[in-house]
Amino acid sequence: MGDILVFVEHRSVSLREVSLQIISKADELATKLAGRLTAVVLAAKADFLPSDFSSRADRLIVVEDERFSDFDFTAAAEVISKIIKEQSPHLVMMGHTPWGMDLGPALSVRTGLPLSTDCVDITLDGTRVKTVRQLYGGKLFARVSFRDDSKGCIITVRPGSFPVAASCGRKGELVRIENAANLPASSSRFIEYLDTGAGEIDITQAELLVSIGRGVGEKERIEEIRELAGLLGGVVSCSRPVVDRGWLPKYHQVGTSGKSVKPKVYLALGISGAFQHVAGIAGAGTVIAVNKDKKAPIFRVADYGVVEDLFAFSDALKEELGK
Amino acid sequence: MDIIVCVKRVPFTQEVDLEIDKSGKSIVTDGLAYVINDWDGYAVEEAILLKERIGGNVIAVTVGSEDDEEVLRRALAMGADRAIRIDTCGRSLDGLVVAKAVAAAIKGFPLDLVLTGVQADDDNQAVVGIMLAEIMGLSHAAVVRGIEPEEGSLKVRVELEGGIDEIRQVKLPALLTIQSGINEPRYVSVMGIRKAAKKELKVIGIDELGLSEADLALATEIEEVYLPPETGGAEMLSGDPSKLARAVIEIMRRKGVAV
Ligand SMILES: Cc1cc2nc3c(=O)[nH]c(=O)nc-3n(C[C@H](O)[C@H](O)[C@H](O)COP(=O)(O)OP(=O)(O)OC[C@H]3O[C@@H](n4cnc5c(N)ncnc54)[C@H](O)[C@@H]3O)c2cc1C
Repeated sequence: MGDILVFVEHRSVSLREVSLQIISKADELATKLAGRLTAVVLAAKADFLPSDFSSRADRLIVVEDERFSDFDFTAAAEVISKIIKEQSPHLVMMGHTPWGMDLGPALSVRTGLPLSTDCVDITLDGTRVKTVRQLYGGKLFARVSFRDDSKGCIITVRPGSFPVAASCGRKGELVRIENAANLPASSSRFIEYLDTGAGEIDITQAELLVSIGRGVGEKERIEEIRELAGLLGGVVSCSRPVVDRGWLPKYHQVGTSGKSVKPKVYLALGISGAFQHVAGIAGAGTVIAVNKDKKAPIFRVADYGVVEDLFAFSDALKEELGK
Repeated sequence: MDIIVCVKRVPFTQEVDLEIDKSGKSIVTDGLAYVINDWDGYAVEEAILLKERIGGNVIAVTVGSEDDEEVLRRALAMGADRAIRIDTCGRSLDGLVVAKAVAAAIKGFPLDLVLTGVQADDDNQAVVGIMLAEIMGLSHAAVVRGIEPEEGSLKVRVELEGGIDEIRQVKLPALLTIQSGINEPRYVSVMGIRKAAKKELKVIGIDELGLSEADLALATEIEEVYLPPETGGAEMLSGDPSKLARAVIEIMRRKGVAV
């Protein structure tokens, strides 16, 4: 009762930060529930784990198989659903990452455990697990409970929701499953990774980013913002829809699927503030947001806010700079 | 290639002050404008592009009320061959129930590929697609931004974090959740939508799909919704544009940017 299972992600032979965040939250919850914390690592060779990693779980299940050198959905889902069935954890946690978005819903169907995704907080009501998640791109919050969690539940956690604890002081019993034989044939096969991020300019080195979102409206008007950036001595960056529409090349994109930036000042023009975007500006010194919508979620993470049409603001800024 | 594409109609909430309804569990939707879920627009376009390239048949499916047929008509105007609306019969649904309903409605259809959006703009859950794939026993991949058909499989480009993509080969039949930016959804005119009204749009009640009450039971429940806390946000600057501009220049200089 009260046991927690965490699926640990790694990529290119390195542990992913999101998994440390989740295991830190799991540690807190497991303590409250007086349950055991189990971390599951599927890898070709699990030698990339930091030496103190085992202190973060009571039990570390390591399954080593060539197929786990990269994410093999079929094999991963098979192994994890088997572990869930054997151990009946109270709560299963993983990241709301592209891999977790594949694994979470699939495990929910396979194990019959209810699922809550993209959670930004997890609370306990006695032993019952509840989650907090966002709707409408962050304009609304919802508290979600599971109708029937008597057999457990699954949660995918939004990256960046929880800090990484220094250490957890658990005993870290290592369980190696050497030969995960009888794994079914994979329905998909990893071929290669491609880096799409490199380009002519490097937005990660800029001191001032003038960043545009869908609010810029049309490609033709981006020139006006380029002029502004030129006058300010800044570099133009953008949110995802601007790249999706082919208005700017991908290397301008800020966010989880773009770049993490750390300018002294980040000027966001017509960006709503979805988490996938603001995750990329956590390292920015000062964020100034300009948006027509006074309820835009970006104003919750910005340091300064301006409710104004971005072009009216941009024109005024140019005029002041020209003086 | 026989393709099914799932679409959803969602409220457009920019520049809207969301208001919580009496139940405290959802928002007041009167007066909101509705659009096709952004990600689904890309999924429909991708289905049509595949059909145009290698031939086949595209069926658009939605779960919802009569008003939601608007997005099916849009899909038909974009080039889908026919459409199915699964009526909710007044029930509240969650992601799993929606997935079960779609699976039941398309059971037995010739099928190579199912496309959905990565997530819906309203509840942002990203669950229906992959759940549907698992229920139907299809191979799947989430967050796809490139598809290259091959013999018996697809070479797909899965978007990971930080500008890294993963190229993966996925066996058919498969379900892919489509990421924005994979293509450029075509424009459809009001005229085009009107013309598409001639295409078949079939309605079937969720209660007629042979699902049991247990199948239709909700797994999760929203206990309450609330507006984000007002505190701790940005310091709001006020004044006319030139005053705002001066204030912003002043902040930039203070923060060490040479303006
Ligand atoms: C797996 C995944 C990965 C993603 N990765 C990223 C990522 O790396 N980066 C990213 O940015 N997004 C990413 N997204 C998309 C993200 O969820 C949002 O859809 C996106 O960030 C929205 O961009 P936006 O704010 O520019 O557009 P919108 O949300 O459409 O916001 C536009 C804003 O502009 C305002 N506006 C409109 N006109 C004006 C005007 N004239 N003047 C002033 N304001 C105006 C509106 O009020 C609105 O707030 C990802 C999504 C998924 C599912």
